[in-house]
Amino acid sequence: MITITHFLVLGAILFSLAIAGIFMNRKNLIVLLMSIELMLLAVNINFVAFSYYLNDLAGQVFVFFILTVAAAEAAIGLAILVVVFRNRGTINVQDLNEMKG
Amino acid sequence: MTFQLIVFYFFAAIMVIAALRMITAKNPVHSALSLVLVFFTSSAIWLLLEAEFLAITLVLVYVGAVMVLFLFVVMMLDINISQMREGFVKFMPIALIVSLVMIVELVLVVLAKEFAIERTAGFQHELGNTHALGEILYTEYLLPFETAAVILLVAIVAAIVLTLRHRMQTQAQDPAEQVKVKAKDRIRIVSLASENDKKS
Repeated sequence: MITITHFLVLGAILFSLAIAGIFMNRKNLIVLLMSIELMLLAVNINFVAFSYYLNDLAGQVFVFFILTVAAAEAAIGLAILVVVFRNRGTINVQDLNEMKG
Repeated sequence: MTFQLIVFYFFAAIMVIAALRMITAKNPVHSALSLVLVFFTSSAIWLLLEAEFLAITLVLVYVGAVMVLFLFVVMMLDINISQMREGFVKFMPIALIVSLVMIVELVLVVLAKEFAIERTAGFQHELGNTHALGEILYTEYLLPFETAAVILLVAIVAAIVLTLRHRMQTQAQDPAEQVKVKAKDRIRIVSLASENDKKS
């Protein structure tokens, strides 16, 4: 019998893998953005699982909005990436220290 | 072991392997393609959860649009891969430790008996998931839905404005300048002495 725990554990594993991806690919802005997408997907799996087991469609509506915001975020992030590459000739995170943050 | 469980384990295994491949791949193109596989298998898992509309949306929006955008950008930019890999091995141990601790903690939380809920028997929509979702999306969640539309519009405008570049060489027309023009900018009347007058 397939239970909600299966889906929640799967979401937890995916989320942790995305965290590991952010740690390991610190220099690579593109893979950083992809790791963020993976984290959002892990959260969405939890939402859909709860929506199914609680028999409440609100969870799926929430996933719909998360998908919308994630798509907008990816578009703007990649636009910023292209602009950075055009101005600096590189997307190395180490070179982006103008603001001394 | 039911058929559903076998399907779940099959797709979950593919998903975790593809996610691992995504975060460890040398080439960003391989990372992007692995992420496509993750999205695809997760849409299969959502089908298992009877979220048909979202499963198809995930394939259409993510695999069809967002990941293709990622691939475009990855292939357009000239990336120094060896430079990108700096610190990959250095941060590997801490990444492994952090993610393992996080997995253990999250699984311990999730295994608590409060989370072990049975499926509650609720109202079953006879017209399917998409119809039910549309019904509440356009009534109960109308304001959030329109806000999402505005967010998408803002994203479109922002992405276009960010990447817009004026080239000096191109001979483009500027409609604002064209509308602003007055008659006296076009023609200038100069009074000259007539040739006949000079002769006489």
